[in-house]
Amino acid sequence: MTAFLSIRNLSISLQNGERILRSVNMDLARGDVRGLVGESGAGKSMIGKAILGILPRALKIDEGEILFQGKNLLNLNPRELRKEIGANAALIPQDPLTALNPSHRIGRQITNRLIDILGWSKSDAVKRTYDLLDEVRIPDPKRVINSFPHELSGGMRQRILIASAFAAEPKLIIADEPTTALDVTVQKQIVSLIGEMQSRHGTTLLFVTHDLGVVSKVCQSLSVLFLGKVIEDTSVSLFFDNPSHPYSRALLTATPKYTDPNSDLIPVSEKILNSVKEEVLRLDREWSNGR
Amino acid sequence: MVDSSRNINRKIGLRMWLSGGWLLFLFLATLFAPIISPHDPLAQDLFASRLPPIWMDGYESTYYLGSDSLGRDVLSRILYGARIALLVALIASTATCIIGATLGVLAGYFGGWVDLVISRLVDIWMAFPPVLFAILLIAVLGTGLTSIIIAIIVIDWTRFCRVIRAETMSQSAMDYVASAQAAGRARFGIMVKEIFPNVLPTIVVLLTLEMGIAVIVEAILSFVNLSISTDFPTWGGMISEGRTSVHQAWWVIVFPLITLFLTVLSFSQLGEGLKDRFDPVLR
Repeated sequence: MTAFLSIRNLSISLQNGERILRSVNMDLARGDVRGLVGESGAGKSMIGKAILGILPRALKIDEGEILFQGKNLLNLNPRELRKEIGANAALIPQDPLTALNPSHRIGRQITNRLIDILGWSKSDAVKRTYDLLDEVRIPDPKRVINSFPHELSGGMRQRILIASAFAAEPKLIIADEPTTALDVTVQKQIVSLIGEMQSRHGTTLLFVTHDLGVVSKVCQSLSVLFLGKVIEDTSVSLFFDNPSHPYSRALLTATPKYTDPNSDLIPVSEKILNSVKEEVLRLDREWSNGR
Repeated sequence: MVDSSRNINRKIGLRMWLSGGWLLFLFLATLFAPIISPHDPLAQDLFASRLPPIWMDGYESTYYLGSDSLGRDVLSRILYGARIALLVALIASTATCIIGATLGVLAGYFGGWVDLVISRLVDIWMAFPPVLFAILLIAVLGTGLTSIIIAIIVIDWTRFCRVIRAETMSQSAMDYVASAQAAGRARFGIMVKEIFPNVLPTIVVLLTLEMGIAVIVEAILSFVNLSISTDFPTWGGMISEGRTSVHQAWWVIVFPLITLFLTVLSFSQLGEGLKDRFDPVLR
């Protein structure tokens, strides 16, 4: 059986040759919720962007396949890719402050996509928008629909972005650090809202984050990324009980324990970082020799 | 919250009223110049030369702002001069804006070789000294209203292009563009529907600034006699003529200067006010 979404040997580098992703492999079954964990600069967002076809221009794909419902997205021309992605996938972006167009009213931003791109009728789109805002528990949807983004709080905007992502019932949603820009109390609500929406709609979800706590709440499986390389790919329960890679173990111990204020912060040790770096560099050498 | 926004509105209000009022007055002056002008702007009357404005000794009742050394009425000439000034301001700046902003948005959004070609063109273009460039152009094209307008477009489109390109680039980096792209919107659609509305406030401000600049450029060119023929009164021409008699009749040069100053100031203030109006965050 082919997986619903399958990434094979995906390598991405900057134009100057610096590698961003190193032969990444990942499989998602229909309805899976997978966490994609890593520190800043590990390339976790780039995987999501590569799937959606929105990689920054400075990056190029060296090799690999992204098989989505059996089709290799990297072989599609821009037009076909837009159609495929627009109808079947959606993004919950990182920063709710810049992810809504400041010039358009909220209602229009949600309905436009349904009307212009997916060809819905206006009344259907408007009705759907009301239902969605209701579903993400936005009070007074009538007022919100007629508001501009700057009139709403960060949490509200993130709810709207979630509603908007689910609007066309996509089969795949990529949540790109959806809670990073929010404050802690709101983060919790947003995470549980995303989890709840996912289970109600049965959407496949790729949850990009650096927060292991979030992963333990919503995900079933996770991939740990370091320097653009997947170093651990396992189920959430196995990971938290018994992580196999030393870096994963160090990452778990480095997560601060809120219950014990006296405990010291334990950073990931230099030794482990260096050993992973060496491993990665060795792979790089093999990779460049192979070309 | 409500109070502070009202406060902003009131501040915008005064500035917009004053600058808008002055420009409206000028606009009406251009329409009704033949009716409201006390004299024919071209009629010379050597018995009425260098008459002072009416609050000074030796005035004559219908020469409100005095007359120049050929006995032509200063007020009438200013009113008629507004025709040329506003015509040039509107046509030249709008054309400049359309060309410069279009190229700027294209360069800023598409990047790559499009940006490379447009940006290098702008760099090369800007290396020419603008006034010399204009004079050279007019020497080639010949004097006349069309030449002035073309000269302004040719000199100033780069200003729009630079600023709009930068603004478009910063908008293109926003997450809402990535979202629209992921939602399946075509690139051209994103440029027109998502990015353009956010660049528009900047374009409007630049456009009004450009109107002020166009008025000045036209005045400079008439000052050096490269504008339309001296049969038509222009502010720059009046300033140039008044220069020779500034010790005997200061009003011939001062009133057109004040008019020019107020007009350019009004355009820039109107631009600032409009920017606040257009900006969804300040609105």
